[in-house]
Amino acid sequence: MPPPSTSSVDAEQQAQWLSRIEAMQPTLMRLAQLQLRNRAWAEDAVSEAVLAAIEALPRFAGRAQLQTWVVGILKHKVLDQLRRRQREVVLDESAGDDDETAAMFRDDGEFAHAPQAWTAPAEALRQKQFFEVLEACMELLPGRLGRVFLMREWLELSTEEICQELALSSTNVWQTLARARLRLRECLQLRWFGEQKP
Amino acid sequence: MTFNLFRSCREVTALVLAREDRHLALRERAVIRLHFLVCKACPVFEEQVLTMRQALDGWRHYREAEPGED
Repeated sequence: MPPPSTSSVDAEQQAQWLSRIEAMQPTLMRLAQLQLRNRAWAEDAVSEAVLAAIEALPRFAGRAQLQTWVVGILKHKVLDQLRRRQREVVLDESAGDDDETAAMFRDDGEFAHAPQAWTAPAEALRQKQFFEVLEACMELLPGRLGRVFLMREWLELSTEEICQELALSSTNVWQTLARARLRLRECLQLRWFGEQKP
Repeated sequence: MTFNLFRSCREVTALVLAREDRHLALRERAVIRLHFLVCKACPVFEEQVLTMRQALDGWRHYREAEPGED
């Protein structure tokens, strides 16, 4: 069956999609800022994504979830921003030289305090509130640590692609990702699993 | 030079984290399996890393799906 022609999308349907795209802008901005860590860059990426989505709307034809489709466009625009700002992204050393494992282990390499099992993790994964805590924890990841982590987990780039985009060695990217995961674990422990949730 | 299969919790947790972002070599996987036979703490850490993996996948869906779809 051929795809629906552009004329099959009536004006009323397009107006409805436009209004939904307008309503999703705060979400788009939040995602772009989470990845780019810079409000001006995020605004540029969201503007470009919304314009591209509006231009492509006749071809969208309702064949996918509208928000999934627009977020897909946003990911490309965010990656364009990262390429444009590559130098600033790589030089951002705000992750510091902390050793996240220093307090976790004794000098002999064994745990200083054995990790406690997280209670009801499956239950947490069904709660919107948990995802908001997770997002807040990702927001707390500093500078380059956060950008590299989100390139992996939101833009879904492979480590090889991240190395290429940021001109970093694979060892550097692996270490950065491991540090980010340790910080995320600690944050979730403090903000969710360490507390009793309803 | 022989490869030491017996590693500390610090080294094993580093491998558990690395597994999220790269394929581990056979001997690295062997280090984890061997260590888990004698350690109670590291499997708990691994469980937390797996929970974070599911959480990140769930978050991506939560953010990209239509409001109300879930």
